Amino acid sequence: MSDDQETRRRWLTGRHASAAVIGVLTLVLGFAIAVQVHANSSGDSLSALREDDLIGILDDQNARADRLRQQISALQDNLRQLQDSGDRSAAARRQAEEQAQALGVLLGTLPAKGPGVSVAVTDPDGKLGGEDLYDLVQELRGAGAEAIQFGAVRVSTSTWFDGAGGVVEVDGTQLSAPYRITAIGDPKTLDTALNIPGGVAATVRAAGGSLTVTELDVVSIRVTTTLPKPKYARPSR
Amino acid sequence: MIAGFALVAGVVLGLILRPTVPTWLEPYLPIAVVAALDAVFGGLRARLDGIFDAKVFVVSFISNVLVAALIVFLGDKLGVGSQLSTAVVVVLGIRIFGNAAAIRRHLFRA
Repeated sequence: MSDDQETRRRWLTGRHASAAVIGVLTLVLGFAIAVQVHANSSGDSLSALREDDLIGILDDQNARADRLRQQISALQDNLRQLQDSGDRSAAARRQAEEQAQALGVLLGTLPAKGPGVSVAVTDPDGKLGGEDLYDLVQELRGAGAEAIQFGAVRVSTSTWFDGAGGVVEVDGTQLSAPYRITAIGDPKTLDTALNIPGGVAATVRAAGGSLTVTELDVVSIRVTTTLPKPKYARPSR
Repeated sequence: MIAGFALVAGVVLGLILRPTVPTWLEPYLPIAVVAALDAVFGGLRARLDGIFDAKVFVVSFISNVLVAALIVFLGDKLGVGSQLSTAVVVVLGIRIFGNAAAIRRHLFRA
């Protein structure tokens, strides 16, 4: 150090020498200023920061990341809940559709097919009235027929029979013998129900006609009916 | 005059070369620059006072830079680097203002 100072002192004796040293120092200063300004204004701001500042920034970022992660998990929970409820409502809709179809088959608003019977009723003497045929339908219903077609009429909850002596009216449609009835249900049960002693078959025979039941594996009922809209009754829970 | 020209030349050189500051120098360079500026203003004032001494200027310039860097280095080691840097800048800033006021009185008589 003392050696250094000695040399410096000797350097600084001459006027030109001191001017040169001052020039070099100020040159370095100007250079440093330009470099520092340039480094400060360009490049990323983080490289110029010191360690504890960087640690603070890192902590901030970590806290922010934690918050965002919590947000992500909350939103994922939300999403799951919404998907669950969506699945539930889809299942409910499927169930409702199935129910609507079953009801449509039972009420006669939808075509149906399945095992059943085909019944042919002849009435050569024209003695069978609407009441007798209504008995026949009721017998089929009682035996568990799920869908019934009478002639060209689909039998529903509000179907009515009228007329006597060979010409009957069903739901406003005129029908005459021979009558053809198709019903979907257990063929054996339906057959038995119609041919029960003292039942419908006996009535038909007593009137001079004949009743033939044919059990079929597949009966197709394509005729449908439309239901009137309820005018007074409202669904209640 | 040489000092002024050299200062401008240094700025121009720095702008042309655009060197990147090495990482180990990054915390010290701004403080060193401020310390050197203090020495330059002190030198300018001394020159206007008519008591300028090249030796004093050179020594104060170098020692200012070294002491400022040392303080920052120590501060970094002690964990109060940013605070000490601020302290150094404040003190040097006050000195620069004082020198600038003296220079102003010389130049403008006010």
